[in-house]
Amino acid sequence: MPWLSYLKALNRAIGDEMERDPAVCVLGEDVGVAVTYATAGLLQRFGGDRVLDTPISEQAFTGFATGAAMAGMRPLIEFQIPALLFLVFEQIANQAHKLSLMTGGQTRVPVTYLLPGSGSRDSWAGQHSDHPYSLFAHVGVKTVVPATASDAYGLLVTAMRDDDPVVVFAPSGALGLREDVDFGALAPVPLGAGRVHRAGTDVTVVAVGHLVHDAVAVAEELAGSVSVEVFDPRSLHPFDWQGLAASLERTGRLVVVDDSNRSCGIGAEIVATAAEEMRLTAPPRRVTRPDGAVLPFARDLDLACQPTRAQLRAAVEKSVGAG
Amino acid sequence: MARRPAVTGPAADPAGLYRTVALIRGFEQRAVELVRTGVIRGGIHPCTGQEAVAVGTCAALRPDDVITSTHRGHGHVLAKGADPARMMAELAGRTTGLNKGRGGSMHAADFSVGVLGADAIVGAAVPIATGAAWAMRRAGGDRVALAYFGDGAVSQGVVLEAFNLAALWQVPVVLVCENNGFATSMRPEQTMAGTVTGRAAAFGIPAETVDGMDPQAVLDAATAAVARARSGAGPYLLECVTRRFDAHHTWEHTARPRYRTDAEVAAARSRDPLDIQGARIPAATRAAIDAETAGVLDEAVRFALAGPHPDPAGALDHLYSTGLRPRAGVL
Repeated sequence: MPWLSYLKALNRAIGDEMERDPAVCVLGEDVGVAVTYATAGLLQRFGGDRVLDTPISEQAFTGFATGAAMAGMRPLIEFQIPALLFLVFEQIANQAHKLSLMTGGQTRVPVTYLLPGSGSRDSWAGQHSDHPYSLFAHVGVKTVVPATASDAYGLLVTAMRDDDPVVVFAPSGALGLREDVDFGALAPVPLGAGRVHRAGTDVTVVAVGHLVHDAVAVAEELAGSVSVEVFDPRSLHPFDWQGLAASLERTGRLVVVDDSNRSCGIGAEIVATAAEEMRLTAPPRRVTRPDGAVLPFARDLDLACQPTRAQLRAAVEKSVGAG
Repeated sequence: MARRPAVTGPAADPAGLYRTVALIRGFEQRAVELVRTGVIRGGIHPCTGQEAVAVGTCAALRPDDVITSTHRGHGHVLAKGADPARMMAELAGRTTGLNKGRGGSMHAADFSVGVLGADAIVGAAVPIATGAAWAMRRAGGDRVALAYFGDGAVSQGVVLEAFNLAALWQVPVVLVCENNGFATSMRPEQTMAGTVTGRAAAFGIPAETVDGMDPQAVLDAATAAVARARSGAGPYLLECVTRRFDAHHTWEHTARPRYRTDAEVAAARSRDPLDIQGARIPAATRAAIDAETAGVLDEAVRFALAGPHPDPAGALDHLYSTGLRPRAGVL
């Protein structure tokens, strides 16, 4: 079977949706030459009135997409770096997201915001290394973090077909991954449906984005001594709480690994919900970035702020020991 | 849910312009009273004195053109043709309101007459109108979008970025600055380097300054600006110099900050669009319109007060277009 790279999956999803639906258009900086690769070939295929290279005006073109969506288009915006989301938080959280409710359901705002390269990029320093998915889940914007190439395809397609704003975080730690997959089997993946990558009976590890692969690796390391179930929520809002509850029914123990800051991060919400509502036989644990972290430049310092396999393994072992 | 027939936008003849000015003026007088009696919660930003801008510009638009508005948007929404009764019900937070009571004064929207919504973040709707105009042109036809914003908004980066996009891509958007002389309490000379039309000039957008107290003068300028945008020649900026007679916000009636003199307010009131336009029609016509308008507004208040309050169980209805239900705050 052919190998599908994560980046190619994003590219293929956009192209397939543009083919299927003439209302889909792409906006962003350098999307014509596709500096991130996610938009490669789209300008040639679909032309300059559907693939628009924008000026460096993130706030205006994000608001512009909202208006275009209200007038019938389905724009996808590509942002080259995740920190630009801080710049356009007003346009997404305070405008696009709120318009359906504020208008009493008179309009919908189907815009997809694609971040091909979120999280640490290996020493790109403080303003290029954020992974701000928890912020969007917090304000209620649909938030997706695919871990694999086929999920990247399926979740991006679903995001583009969704009638609400959706932010799709493609972690830089996952962009280089390839998956042995039949292209014909690629299909939309619903929001709010988690995926069990590895079944287990002792402890559930909830892993977000590229950390799914670390969690699977740790589960394999521990195979024989601890049976680890790896649960990938795939979308953080909506979140597959039923899927998590079912997993905890099997295991009763929870470790969350999440590449966002500890305080008020999605990991905190997962732990809190499990503690309130689900079966836990041991205290839940989190492995995250430090509180309020800003990733430093030097590689060792950058890595020191990110969740590691060793930290995850230790948390899993503590969880089992405490049970 | 009661669905009332949409009222058409302002007629462009002298009596029609007067009728819409009178409608907006009377609507706000009643709305201010309803704020004072506690029926309307949260307060409103009256546009009393600025009606000529809304009336003149909307009279230049077709029903299928669209507008975006501001926190001071009652005049725009009514002038574009929204039903005053459903508008009043919206301000009163009733299910019979334009937005089913979910938007209120600062977010009133009526897509059936091309009102994409009032926006409470200064300048934020300018790129939204620009994007809507672009999408409408792409869809074919010759519809235009019109974005209202105040003098305070021309120091917002997103507004200037939107000017750039509009000019770069020759988007059919008409940019209407309501320069009422005060960004809340701040005068343009305190907040603005350069001029409003100078902002447009920097992007190659043609612009002119018009008398924003005179409905006919605004209509004449807007007709040319809209025709230009409709023809595909790109954006146009109208700076309408106007004055608001009332407070920035009804809270100001309580806090009473002093930022303009009584003489300034009196001078502003001496050029009242109601009288300027009223003088252009026969006295009998004016009296008949006044009586008719009073009846419409009495009915609007009656309709608003008769509307049901929303069921708290539906507080987050419409949060998602797809019907996704959010988790409750307490389980």
